[in-house]
Amino acid sequence: MSSFWSLWISALILIVVLGCWWLVWIVRRNQPSDRVENRSVGHEVDGIEELDNPLPKWWYWMFIGLILFSLLYLALYPGLGNYQGLLGWSQTKAWEQEMERAREEYGPLFAQYAGTDVPELAHNGEAMQAAQRLFSNNCATCHGSAGRGGYGFPNLTDDNWIWGGSVDAIKHTLTNGRQANMPARGINPNLSNDQLGDITEYVLSLNDRSGVDEAAAEQGKELFAQACSTCHGKDGKGNQSMGAPNLTNDTWLYGGDRDTIMETLQYGRNGHMPAQNQLSEDQIHLLTAYVYRLSGQHLNDEGAE
Amino acid sequence: MNEIPVRQVDAGPNPDRIYVRSTTGFYQKLRTVTLWTLMGLYFIACWIHINGRPLVHFDLPERQFHLLGTTFWPQDFFILTLLLIIAAFGLFFVTTLFGRIWCGFTCPQTAWTFIFMWIEEKVEGSRNQRMKLDRKGALGQWLPRKIVKHGLWLGVAFWTGVTFVGYFYPIRELVPDLFTFSVSTGWALFWIGFFSVATYLNAGWMREKVCLYVCPYARFQSVMFSPDTRTVTYDANRGEPRGPRKKDADRSELGLGDCIDCNICVQVCPTGIDIRNGMQYECLDCGLCVDACNQVMDRMGYDRGLIRYATEREVEGAPRRRFQPRTLGYGLGMALLLGTMATLLMQRDTLDIEVTRDRGGLYQTGPDATIENSYSLKLSNRVNETRELSVRVDGPEGIHLLEPIGMELGPLDSRSLPAVVRIPRRELEGMSTPVTFEVIAEGSEARNSAETAFIGPRP
Repeated sequence: MSSFWSLWISALILIVVLGCWWLVWIVRRNQPSDRVENRSVGHEVDGIEELDNPLPKWWYWMFIGLILFSLLYLALYPGLGNYQGLLGWSQTKAWEQEMERAREEYGPLFAQYAGTDVPELAHNGEAMQAAQRLFSNNCATCHGSAGRGGYGFPNLTDDNWIWGGSVDAIKHTLTNGRQANMPARGINPNLSNDQLGDITEYVLSLNDRSGVDEAAAEQGKELFAQACSTCHGKDGKGNQSMGAPNLTNDTWLYGGDRDTIMETLQYGRNGHMPAQNQLSEDQIHLLTAYVYRLSGQHLNDEGAE
Repeated sequence: MNEIPVRQVDAGPNPDRIYVRSTTGFYQKLRTVTLWTLMGLYFIACWIHINGRPLVHFDLPERQFHLLGTTFWPQDFFILTLLLIIAAFGLFFVTTLFGRIWCGFTCPQTAWTFIFMWIEEKVEGSRNQRMKLDRKGALGQWLPRKIVKHGLWLGVAFWTGVTFVGYFYPIRELVPDLFTFSVSTGWALFWIGFFSVATYLNAGWMREKVCLYVCPYARFQSVMFSPDTRTVTYDANRGEPRGPRKKDADRSELGLGDCIDCNICVQVCPTGIDIRNGMQYECLDCGLCVDACNQVMDRMGYDRGLIRYATEREVEGAPRRRFQPRTLGYGLGMALLLGTMATLLMQRDTLDIEVTRDRGGLYQTGPDATIENSYSLKLSNRVNETRELSVRVDGPEGIHLLEPIGMELGPLDSRSLPAVVRIPRRELEGMSTPVTFEVIAEGSEARNSAETAFIGPRP
């Protein structure tokens, strides 16, 4: 807040408070000293009369008390523009305290699973129920309540991984987030749209699609080697360490039809998975187990259900 | 009707306090029965367990309200609204017939005042003894009696507070916790303190002032009264002109009515009014003056009923009308609402399903030209036993859940879980198709369903 607005707000608030005090005071002062108790003002309905009595004393003092309270409040808490108050209270601090309390209260709930290995944890029904709630609150907005993903958000229930599906990779993704970067026109900005069309045909052919223009795909293969294979590999199978998806398994983050692939090539893609730093290490450990289970990997473990 | 002379009656040493004289008789007996019964219910009901569960327990942390073996949930709250409306209609219905007998015979304010007065009488003695004690009692007499009285009052008030909180915090745990100083929440202590103080002040000091200055019922009762409403009435035609006389004196010779102006009806009145002034908003219809006057009439050898429950028309000698339209109206309204509530209670779901479609995306494409939608389900088991639940989904041809949903859900438990529904794309007619989730409890009739939308691509 600039100092003008700070002063403006402070002045407004103080004028209102003092105005209340003035009003209470002036009304009391203007009462005639020779006032008669219970003098009627002349209104009478059904035996009920309006009397001209002053505000009772206790009521008057209640007003004064409230005015004093408001001044005390304004001294202790932020209320006058930029003034922070003697107590140093702020919404942010209150929120932090609340979060700290929540961590203390719920921390042990997650800490009990911290020592268990992820594959074993994925078989613990009770732990997975707790993890499901974590997933609903933190992941489901993008990945869906069942982890089935959507446009631009990977499906977590299949075994196709962009950044890797090992326990360590999942944990790394959750802890640090991921930033994908597919540049427009691959690494060759000079490719023409016709050439991109050829690459599109080639990518379609990698997935055994019908109706592919064979001649164009042949052209595209060479262009792919130049502009795309650095990341996606010569065979187009991708590279998980760079987050370059496998282009041969007909699983698509943004769509696998001709137009969408062309769009991806023309404009690039920048997928972003945010780091989950609002979660504690123990919570991330539990979520890792949940994602591990979602992908069905727990079924391959020894002693699986 | 003749004008009745109004006269100030001796109010005792403290003009703000009413020294109520105790009386006996039919209505006092009736009051004793109803008030002790209702108070007894209040003090005992929270202790009763049936099948190991409390008869009445309002479990605020769990948002479950156990009442007579049934559990109510926050979503059932509208039934409470109905109950309150029915209670209001019931009150109006009774008021048109018998005036404020609610106040005189059943109101908690009356009940606690009654028990406090009873203690007062036992400790300090009768009305005259109490007035004497307050006017010129020696400190050595006055102090111990006051200490005992207030001590007993505080004791009853404290137990009232404990009992009240006992409806929210299981009283079988509360009482031991209280005496071992291990009550788990400060709120319980706060409310015990609050209700103790409130009861003490209310029944000890405020008493009729609550009825006179706080209670709204006293103020709107007059719109429900009619000339056919039976209320405590002084038969002025018979009583006036009032005046003292010897027991064997001839009334007609002296030119007097039946009222001997003994003022006992005023002394027994808990709100300190003179019923002979006619109907007043302070009158609680408690009938104590009826009992008191009947005793006097008996002693004088006159007929009972100078003060009695009578209608205005009856006292005027007009024929009694049996049915008043407003009584019928209130009765009909009450019956109608009672029926509605009974129906609602019977149809209350014991199994609940809520469905929320994922908001993040529209749909996913599955294999074999299918379309997928994800949903969050919330299943609630509202009975006190474990149930085996299964969920199925209904919609266009070929609709199915990706994974079957079946689970065991504990008593009064609920669970959220995701669900994925698949429909072949060719079966979708528009972008939005209605589908229905149904939850079924194995081995019972209980089932419930929820409708939602299935979003697909533009056809």
